[in-house]
Amino acid sequence: MAMAIKLSLILLLCLSSLLAPSFSLFEDQVGLMDWHQRYIGKVKHAVFHTQKAGRKRVLVSTEENVIASLDLRRGEIFWRHVLGPNDVVDKIDIALGKYVITLSSEGSILRAWNLPDGQMVWESFLSGSKYSKALLTVPSNLKVDLDSPIFVYSGGCLHAISSIDGEYLWKKDFAIESVDVHQLILSGGSDVVHAVGVTDSSQFDTYEIDVKNGGLLKHTSASFPGGVYGEILPVSGDRFVVLDASRSVVLLITVNNGATHLQQTHVSDLIHGSSENTVILPSKLSGIFSLRTDSCIVFVKVTDEGKLNVMEKVDKTVVVSDALALSEGEQAFALVQQGDSKIELSVRLVHDMSSNHLKETVKMDHERGFVHKIFINNYVRTDRSHGFRALIVMEDHSLLLLQQGEIVWTRDDGLASVIDVTTSELPVEKIGVSVAKVEHSLFEWLKGHMLKLKGTLMLATPDEVAAIQQIRLQSSQKNKMTRDHNGFRKLLILLTRAGKLYALHTGNGRVVWSTLLQSLRTTSQQQCAGLKLRQWQVPHHHALDNNPSVLVVGRCGLSLTSPSALSIVDAYTGKELQNLGPAEHSTVQVITLPFRDSTEQQLHLLIDADKRAHLYPTTPEAASIFQRESENVYWYSVESEAGILRGYGVKKTHSSEYSFEARNLWSIVFPAESEKIIATVTRKPNEVVHTQAKVIADEDVMYKYISKNMVFVATVSPKASGPIGSATPDESVLVVYLIDTVTGRILHRMTHLGSQGPVHAVLSENWVVYHYFNLRAHRYEMSVIEIYDQSRAENKDVLKLIVGKHNLTTPVSSYSRPEVTTKSQSYFFTHSVKAISVSSTAKGITSKHLLIGTIGDQVLALDKRFVDPRRSLNPTQAEKEEGLLPLTDALPIIPQSYVTHAFKVEGLRGIETIPAKLESTSLVFAYGVDLFYTRIAPSKTYDSLTEDFNYALLLLTIVALVIAIFVTWVLSERKDLQDKWR
Amino acid sequence: MMCVSVSANEMEKGKGVLGSRKWAVEFTDNSSTRDILDPPGFTRASPDQDDSSLTRQKKDAEANWKSQKAWEVAQAPFKNLMMMGFMMWMAGNTVHLFSIGITFSALWQPLSALQGVGKVFEPYKDNKVDLLAPKLLYIALNLGGMLLGVWKLNSLGLLPTHASDWVSSLSPAHEVEFSGGGAALY
Repeated sequence: MAMAIKLSLILLLCLSSLLAPSFSLFEDQVGLMDWHQRYIGKVKHAVFHTQKAGRKRVLVSTEENVIASLDLRRGEIFWRHVLGPNDVVDKIDIALGKYVITLSSEGSILRAWNLPDGQMVWESFLSGSKYSKALLTVPSNLKVDLDSPIFVYSGGCLHAISSIDGEYLWKKDFAIESVDVHQLILSGGSDVVHAVGVTDSSQFDTYEIDVKNGGLLKHTSASFPGGVYGEILPVSGDRFVVLDASRSVVLLITVNNGATHLQQTHVSDLIHGSSENTVILPSKLSGIFSLRTDSCIVFVKVTDEGKLNVMEKVDKTVVVSDALALSEGEQAFALVQQGDSKIELSVRLVHDMSSNHLKETVKMDHERGFVHKIFINNYVRTDRSHGFRALIVMEDHSLLLLQQGEIVWTRDDGLASVIDVTTSELPVEKIGVSVAKVEHSLFEWLKGHMLKLKGTLMLATPDEVAAIQQIRLQSSQKNKMTRDHNGFRKLLILLTRAGKLYALHTGNGRVVWSTLLQSLRTTSQQQCAGLKLRQWQVPHHHALDNNPSVLVVGRCGLSLTSPSALSIVDAYTGKELQNLGPAEHSTVQVITLPFRDSTEQQLHLLIDADKRAHLYPTTPEAASIFQRESENVYWYSVESEAGILRGYGVKKTHSSEYSFEARNLWSIVFPAESEKIIATVTRKPNEVVHTQAKVIADEDVMYKYISKNMVFVATVSPKASGPIGSATPDESVLVVYLIDTVTGRILHRMTHLGSQGPVHAVLSENWVVYHYFNLRAHRYEMSVIEIYDQSRAENKDVLKLIVGKHNLTTPVSSYSRPEVTTKSQSYFFTHSVKAISVSSTAKGITSKHLLIGTIGDQVLALDKRFVDPRRSLNPTQAEKEEGLLPLTDALPIIPQSYVTHAFKVEGLRGIETIPAKLESTSLVFAYGVDLFYTRIAPSKTYDSLTEDFNYALLLLTIVALVIAIFVTWVLSERKDLQDKWR
Repeated sequence: MMCVSVSANEMEKGKGVLGSRKWAVEFTDNSSTRDILDPPGFTRASPDQDDSSLTRQKKDAEANWKSQKAWEVAQAPFKNLMMMGFMMWMAGNTVHLFSIGITFSALWQPLSALQGVGKVFEPYKDNKVDLLAPKLLYIALNLGGMLLGVWKLNSLGLLPTHASDWVSSLSPAHEVEFSGGGAALY
């Protein structure tokens, strides 16, 4: 049998060597097995650009640091820029009607983008002396010496910047006065910019500054000993409101002819009843401000005499938009009221609050949650009245455009913030498909193949070529909702930051279902967030009637000790089967145990902040399984701050049936003065390894040290834990460890002098590949460590192996302290890296590809053979035959091996690989702001025909051969007969 | 007496012909008509019975010829062996379609020849001819051919003679302990 395997492997090698060595695909293959979805994330701010001529668009900035221009008609992205993870967009606006101005990085970077195509026009770096809030004011009709300045307050300074080229015009430093500016106001027509701020939170200051040169024209101040809470909100040109520090008094500030008047009004006078947690909403409505308390929202009108009149009281869930200036100097704003499976949008005019200018009821999907934000825009109807469109941001981060009581378009932008990914198999196909359907599909099938045949024989017209491509792309096969033989069709289940669960079909990436998890919904009392997504029930044999389900672990609160929220969700329907939250305990770690109960539910251990283990599911059966296995169950914790690794076991005495005390077994304390943990990586728990032996040149064998209980830890000297360049090569040392997590034994330790993080690593089988920066060489490096088991190395006697006298199949215990040996090698690598992953296949026979998420947001496939520590400069003949490559100092980057080909997965955060049933193939899902899915075959698809294999041609050949055989048979018969009569 | 005299070589080459032939009429043969009475006046008496010395001589000559032929047939695989060796040398030691084909034919030919030892020597069966020695030679030569094939198989690296052949698909040993965990989730 061994021979047969060997033979087949050799044949396989021959076959693969015959094929081209590249893994690229042809242009017409794009979209056949991959899909790419572009998102922007939760919208923070939106600016409409709806001039009469040209395309109507809305410019948005999002929480994923994306600035984008969206088509108002269909919601598509015109252009989009993803800024770096630290380059948070603070403000966005339009200048000169053609530039999009963005202020980012806490007000230190100001950029202008060309509105139609999104190209950057200019960029200015603003330096400040201290941290402050960032403010941006783009005056619409201010001209100073043929220039329109933009005013930016950031870093304690007020900057005036030319909107044409981004040049500095002037700068006014407020840091000396130690004033914290809250608002910049430009009253229309005047040449004065007003800066309103607070000094030491007890004194109001208003500055009038000349727009031409930044000169201080006037400064008034008034002290208020009580202090303030929150932001100052301008009500009109010379009136401002703010809450005092106790949040019980509204201060009305009037600036009049150089004097500042303060006027106090108790919130309880405005709102009768409870007035806890009062805040002034930041919506700027002229003459009106809105107050929100725990119970309601009130609109308060400030009269000319300075009196506060409560105009209306609405429910606290109402969302208020900013005021929108209409043509006749009027202002309108929108209110959204949440109803059950519908929302009520009402637009009101500021001067006439009593009635709704417009009221629309829109049906809203229950799974989108509450409305979080609303932006409105108006258009002039044919009868010259005003129409309104509203852009709303929902709780699940989706973006909708409402117009005339209908949803014009929706964008599921929650998918831009995926936290965790898991997969689920689709249901098995039921027997009993109707005949008509089969016939139809048969006809279609034949037609498609005839077309393909035409294509291969170069007979197809351009129209037919297009039709062929269409058929290939929209193959109904790949989008079916049932399991397939090859295991390509699956459900990708994604947990997003909004607490929503999405199921995407791998065929075309469509959303099959989505659920806003009730247990993870953020309420006013607590902020909930998802942490982990695990497979809970994977029906195999005796529970096939059950649907598979997933476990979502979340946390309600911000600290580690906050209670956790658990829910179990059906993977086929998205229904929340069980809502176990908020549980009494917190969760800091989720451990999937390798045990299952009789209903195929996976046992899970949730470790809380007090190091107690909680067993799920909470059934007596699970408890008995765990009791039986608890002696061999361990866990460990990595305390990066303290620099400690601790290992735990289960204590015999337990407090309750489902929660267990931990006993500390071992600790590894890294010296705080020289080492700081920056990365830990373990093997994927579901990884399958085919063999423990590695056959090397000359038929020799090495035995891999394959342990799931191995963790890779990288530490750097504390000085070098900052960004690259913050430490000299002499100061920075990178140390990597391979640690057994059962016994705490350090299997291997290696020091890289003059190197520093960030470290990205991947651990698989018996090897770890990690990426870091070499300060001495000024280049990124990748290193590989392979670990081999010495205690099994003597198993080389063929006779003993034949009769089975070897210790290779005996169970291994970490306590037997197997002797290990390692091999390692380092190479230069051109790119900096965002994530590393490795391909995974069903049986682990296929060779591996490293999947490297590069800084350019692409995914590069690198053959594992390139990072083989046995590479040498001059490999021997035997080593060459084995496939060992000659050593080079740098790893090659083959442009064809980008699995994302022409796409970019903007803001790439993770790469997930899922084995398909077909051994040669691994499914790859990369996520960030964008989502990308494809299939890869690291050793080529040796076990299947390619997608575009021409069955029609094969059929035709067979038919032709059969006919030929028949004809020749008849001919030969005839000839024989003639011969016999001769 | 029915006689199908086909040499070993011919037999191999003409297997298809033999197999496809459904029937044959041997006009010289008369044994099949034994059941029917001879026509009156016809005496079944072979002429060789008349002259016994002449017959013996003839018989001796035939036996001689048969044993000679048998030895020839027994030595025939040697030529094959030489040719096979030459082809193997030509094929080289790398695994590809040609070398595998040659090796397998080198293994198959002696095997099929050994299966048909009795048939090959059947025409030379005679009471007076000792067929054991040629048979043994024939078998030995074919075994030699087979050995050559096995040696070639080994030199191609297709024989499980190394430890790697026995452990390459050995699945990893079961681990007693399980450990999980990691850094605290944020």
